[in-house]
Amino acid sequence: MAEDAVFRVAGLRKSFGPNQVLGGVDLDLHSGEVVVLMGANGAGKSTLVKIVSGVYRRDGGQMMLAGFDYRPESPAEAMRAGVVTVHQNINDGVVASLDVATNLTLDRLNGAGAPLFLNPRRIRREARAVAERMGLHMSLDAAIPDLSLADRQMVAIARAMAHEPKVLILDEPTSSLSSAEANRLFALIDRLRERGVAILYISHRMSDIRRLADRIVSLRDGQIAGVFADRPLDYEAAVNAMLGQAMGRRTIEPRTATGTVFSAENLKLAEGARPFSLSLGDGEVVAVTGLVGVGKTALAETLFGARRPLGGSMTLKGSVYAPASPGEAIAGGAFLVAKDRSENGIVSDFNVYENMSLPFLRRLSTFGVSRRRAERALARRQIAELGIVCRSERDDMTTLSGGNQQKVMVARWMAQGASLFMLDEPFQGVDIAARHDIAAKLRASAAGRATLIFVTELDEALETADRILVMSEHTIVGEHVNAGIDMDRLLAEVAGQPVRGAA
Amino acid sequence: MTSRDIAIRYGFLALLFALIGFFAISAEGFASPQSAVFIFQSVAITGILALGVTATLVVGGFDLSIGSVATSAMMAAAYVMVVLEQNALVAILACLLIGAIVGLINGFLIVYTRVPDLLATLGMMFLLVGLQRIPTEGRSIATGMTMPDGSVANGKFSDAFLALGRHRFDFFIPNLVPVSVVVLIVLALLIWFFLEYTRFGRMMYAVGSNERAAELAGAPVKAYKIWAYVISGIFASIGGILLAARLGRGDIASGNNLLLDSVAAALIGFAVLGAAKPNAFGTAVGALFVGVLLQGLTMMNAPYYTQDFVKGAVLVVALVFTFALSNRGKR
Repeated sequence: MAEDAVFRVAGLRKSFGPNQVLGGVDLDLHSGEVVVLMGANGAGKSTLVKIVSGVYRRDGGQMMLAGFDYRPESPAEAMRAGVVTVHQNINDGVVASLDVATNLTLDRLNGAGAPLFLNPRRIRREARAVAERMGLHMSLDAAIPDLSLADRQMVAIARAMAHEPKVLILDEPTSSLSSAEANRLFALIDRLRERGVAILYISHRMSDIRRLADRIVSLRDGQIAGVFADRPLDYEAAVNAMLGQAMGRRTIEPRTATGTVFSAENLKLAEGARPFSLSLGDGEVVAVTGLVGVGKTALAETLFGARRPLGGSMTLKGSVYAPASPGEAIAGGAFLVAKDRSENGIVSDFNVYENMSLPFLRRLSTFGVSRRRAERALARRQIAELGIVCRSERDDMTTLSGGNQQKVMVARWMAQGASLFMLDEPFQGVDIAARHDIAAKLRASAAGRATLIFVTELDEALETADRILVMSEHTIVGEHVNAGIDMDRLLAEVAGQPVRGAA
Repeated sequence: MTSRDIAIRYGFLALLFALIGFFAISAEGFASPQSAVFIFQSVAITGILALGVTATLVVGGFDLSIGSVATSAMMAAAYVMVVLEQNALVAILACLLIGAIVGLINGFLIVYTRVPDLLATLGMMFLLVGLQRIPTEGRSIATGMTMPDGSVANGKFSDAFLALGRHRFDFFIPNLVPVSVVVLIVLALLIWFFLEYTRFGRMMYAVGSNERAAELAGAPVKAYKIWAYVISGIFASIGGILLAARLGRGDIASGNNLLLDSVAAALIGFAVLGAAKPNAFGTAVGALFVGVLLQGLTMMNAPYYTQDFVKGAVLVVALVFTFALSNRGKR
């Protein structure tokens, strides 16, 4: 490119102890351009972002911002220099106890020259200016907890943009947004691009990447594995570079179930939702898909006893099934790998084997005394079974990569035989290699139980499941056998629209 | 293992042994069985309370009411024997019942009404400090005292009950080990085994580390939390029984330092063996550490009013050990 890069990283290196995470990364960002950074989990994306945003110190290499040496000592310094980062966790970007106006102007309360006393009218005036420039249409008085995730995200970005940054880094900003919400975010990014901001966009989602990318940079094992700038962008090559192997979408030989394991009659999940029935057979893997917030997790929690249905009845293995708690569900043979493992799964004070044995300690104890030897043997077996990369079963969970942590969560629940095995967003924050491992394991072990996965990404459903159920507005609106699927009908169901024309 | 890891892991124990060595050399009579027993005896009651509060720390809670539970139990024991003229067994059962009930109420407030643990137990502490004064209109309880209605209380502490405070078991040397020390050791072993080796203890740690994950792994989280407070309450009431037996009266003014001392012991315990989390062994060592230090300093003629300062300093150092040197909360 003719113009000089606004932001340039050269030979960036970073190690944690003996682990080299970044081994000499070069990256250029130009103003008015969206660079998408792709990388599997553990490739070093987060580390790169944290160095650029002043959270971590680099071990070696150079960073130049607008031609000058750039070495931020803290996130605040990075922000003042003009490098603004919006982190993955949306709630980190906003202060829940303050209203929108204060959130938008929060950063002006710090640093040299910040006024000692608050002037509410000035805050509102400044906040209005920020909101207008960013095209935000929400009440400045609104409390943050009353906003949707997307709106909170917008507030966080708008607040960041109030600094007139030269470089904006977005770390998986759509990971908890629905597609309509994501579209609003994309429109905002388009506006920022037009204003000449250099944007580094980190994401796993192909739909985001197709929509936004001017250039794609693939990161693998701490090194740049490929840069793709020629139009039209070669997405497949970028994915391959990130993975280091060709991974086309696998097709499934759909199996038919033998006999019903679980069935639900007239299940009602939410006020005003249409009751639905469903039946799951022995040996089949069924995916429930749909947008974020359509009740997939509500269904998972209902089947797992963490939530009561508003109506209807369930049957598991021929007898009435109405679990009042997860404990009862587990005793009845229904297991759930909950979504969002760091929040709902991992006990961070526990090591790998203690995490795996958690739900089944009773079976691994005699007279209440836990048998650690048995726990460790079981964990070693599961580590081998799922190919978990760790030094031993006594490793801390925090030393494992995201994909391996997720495998531990899956291994935890596969340690005992289930009748109904459920996984809510099992591929969330997991690199594609681990995702294929987990999916293959699920399919290989499917006999003898009903397997139900809840996924937002259609690709994940298509490459894992025998049968796909589509949810919308807390009910099931469609069913497809995973062979020669009518994608138009499926997508229309996902979008919650009636199918038009002849099918 | 790097030298840093070793320092974190064994630093505090090394410090304890160094202290013992130092006092043994410089304070005459420190290195004797009597002195050792005296140290144990001096920390017995706070140690028992600290072991109880450890259970609540394990589930991610806190119990500020333990000190007042102990003094309430002490007053109750005196009241039952002196005013109601009952025997030792009834007195002990009444105390344990009070501990269990207070624990249940604490647990209920925290789990079901969702009052934050510090606030709920702070409120309960306040309530108990007041409650224990009501039956006697704020007076201490001793044989021959005049009751609010003008009658004279003629009951007395039974010999069996007083033996809890005064009897000493033979251990190599005749009449060496007091009952309170035996109780401390037994309870320490019990709670240590419970927390480290039973599935209930493990689940309590899971609840403390990630409540939601424990719940989704099928654990009855609410029950575990309530049980932790019941354990804490019962341990505190045992401490109160021993306190009453030692004093031989229901002294309204005693037990002021119990809460802070025992919480300090439990928090010092975080630093032992680099656990960086509540643990029974650490709590016991923490209590001993404070005991050794105070006994040694006293024998070296340090004035009594420096004691709290020393305890506070030890606590601060231990907390630095736990949070700054270990890997908690940073990469």
